Amino acid sequence: MSTTDPILSVRRLTVGFRTDLGAVTAVDDVSFDLAPGRTLAIVGESGCGKTVTSKAIMRLLPERTARIAPASEIILRDPELGPIDLAKASDSQMRDIRGSRIAMIFQEPMTSLNPVFRVGWQIEEALKYHTDLDARRRRERAIEMLRIVEIPSPEKRIDDYPHQMSGGMRQRVMIAIALCCEPAVLIADEPTTALDVTIQAQILELMAGLKQKLGTAIILITHNLGVVAQFCDEVMVMYAGRAIESAPIRDLFHHPRHPYTRALLDSIPKAGGRQHAKLPTIEGIVPSLYDLPKGCRFADRCAHRQDRCVAQEPTLDADASGRRVRCHFPLAQPRVAPSASARGGAA
Amino acid sequence: MWSFIARRLLASIPVYLGIILIVMAALRVSDPVNAYLGKNATKEQIELKRHAMGLDRPFAAQYVEFLGRIVTLDFGTQTRRYESWKYEGQNVGKKLAEAIGPSLSITLPELCLTTLVSITIGMLSAYYRGRWIDRWLMFLVVLGMSVSVLVFIVLGQKFGSSWLKSALGIGWFAASGYEPWLAWSKEPLWGVLPYPTRFALGTWAHYCLLPVLIYVVVAIGYDTRFYRAVMVEETTRDYITTAIAKGASKPKIMFAHMLKNALIPIITRVMITLPFLIAGSILLEYQFRIPGMGKLIIDAIKDRDFPIIQTFTAVFAGVFILSNILTDVLYALVDPRVRLS
Repeated sequence: MSTTDPILSVRRLTVGFRTDLGAVTAVDDVSFDLAPGRTLAIVGESGCGKTVTSKAIMRLLPERTARIAPASEIILRDPELGPIDLAKASDSQMRDIRGSRIAMIFQEPMTSLNPVFRVGWQIEEALKYHTDLDARRRRERAIEMLRIVEIPSPEKRIDDYPHQMSGGMRQRVMIAIALCCEPAVLIADEPTTALDVTIQAQILELMAGLKQKLGTAIILITHNLGVVAQFCDEVMVMYAGRAIESAPIRDLFHHPRHPYTRALLDSIPKAGGRQHAKLPTIEGIVPSLYDLPKGCRFADRCAHRQDRCVAQEPTLDADASGRRVRCHFPLAQPRVAPSASARGGAA
Repeated sequence: MWSFIARRLLASIPVYLGIILIVMAALRVSDPVNAYLGKNATKEQIELKRHAMGLDRPFAAQYVEFLGRIVTLDFGTQTRRYESWKYEGQNVGKKLAEAIGPSLSITLPELCLTTLVSITIGMLSAYYRGRWIDRWLMFLVVLGMSVSVLVFIVLGQKFGSSWLKSALGIGWFAASGYEPWLAWSKEPLWGVLPYPTRFALGTWAHYCLLPVLIYVVVAIGYDTRFYRAVMVEETTRDYITTAIAKGASKPKIMFAHMLKNALIPIITRVMITLPFLIAGSILLEYQFRIPGMGKLIIDAIKDRDFPIIQTFTAVFAGVFILSNILTDVLYALVDPRVRLS
């Protein structure tokens, strides 16, 4: 792995959709970097554009209705292929990259596997497209992958059909499919949302372990900040198609600067909190993408709103420490002085 | 699986007995002999015929005998009761056996061709839905099914046969008629399996290709629309996204992932039409003078040829039940989630 060049750089990513109700911009001018082997969480409510962002990187958006704006850049710096702009790559280039350099796992393990093929076949399929392995080697590799994702007796389970497996097992198979060609980037779109809480923890542990072992950079899409805390390095918070704050994980948790981030953190139930205390929620609803306000998109629901927030949209500015926040009146940096040391430790 | 088939066969026996009972009773509601001989027949003539055909015996006796004949597939030996009324001396079994070949010569190639073509078009249309290729394909197949089959028959006979011959000297297609194009061995293989000794594809094409093509043009409209709907549903499935994310190409997605999942509705549709293969196509057989099952049964109804109607109905019901069992077995073969139990 060369120096600290990001493996993936997204610049000015803007995705528009044509719908029956008119045109909308689901992702608006989003930029971020992903360093090799690091984990970036993209966090936000439903409809904030986090899934569209991930699908844009994989170019999985519906061709007829979705359009990535020409100014957008999605640069993949793969050590073997050199830098490629995925926003402008050809279909055949994308076929070579998908599943091989960038892989993806999805929210619904129950429906993401093809029900009429054995799981072994489905893992071997990816190997068939991207490697020169012969049939016997592909099978060996598939068994090895099942072992890596900790499926018991993989030699037997490889001939199972998806319906013979539980949701957690199927998500493990999805991870095996995604990682079998050793991609540089793994995009996980809400990988644990559809699973039981106990299984969620197992899957996250597995992913954290694999990240260590294989050095894959991960983009984790989630609405669950609890999941983020466990194994991410950086967080980008999205709101109504915009990136509103991005920071290293500890900074964000300890000192959120955007009022929305703060409100999100406050709405996580805390164990050992005061009994019968009402869980804080965010009043109001996300603005419709068809009818966005002129000013800050969060202004309507913001406790710290001032006149300027309604009149003018803030830009995403970096502060002295490199954290970026899109707010006219960001919350005060460290509220308690000594915590600067914690930030140093996170980097 | 074999125990499943055995159990299903056993379970269908009472159903089949019931069907035969209803068929036989329904055909006797108004006296078949009366209907055949007409109102000018004398009482003696009617009694004579009724006795000769065994219709004066108790219903139960007739029922048991007919069942025996079906089980042994023997409609003719040692009795005149299974003789065509219209064509005396020709037993029903022979009439049906003669008619099945010409019918299958048309319907079997038609079913195969229609299914293959409409699945392919349906899949293309679904994959490129909303684009010009989808619109044009749909326009063409709907055009084919919207125009009456009679128009195609007339145009086909006029241009495909007469005009081609007179203007260009190409005599590929006969305007009508039929000649056997398969000859069967006298000695069946291993005592049970007859095998063809002559396989005259040219003769088949000469008489059958034109009607088959006409049938296909009309039928693909219905089938393509159905298969397109099935495939459109498949394109929206999550596992298609997974396959794309794996790096699968379009043909791989269509012919491996989508097609195998769509096989259940495809099998359902094909198997439903299977029994009708032996029934033939009435219009085509009439217009092209093909001595098939459709023509035989329509003529029998017209002539009130009672034994033919009764036997054909019984055989058809049996084929229907068998094809239903076959359908369930095929489901289990293509879909691992279906368990035969």
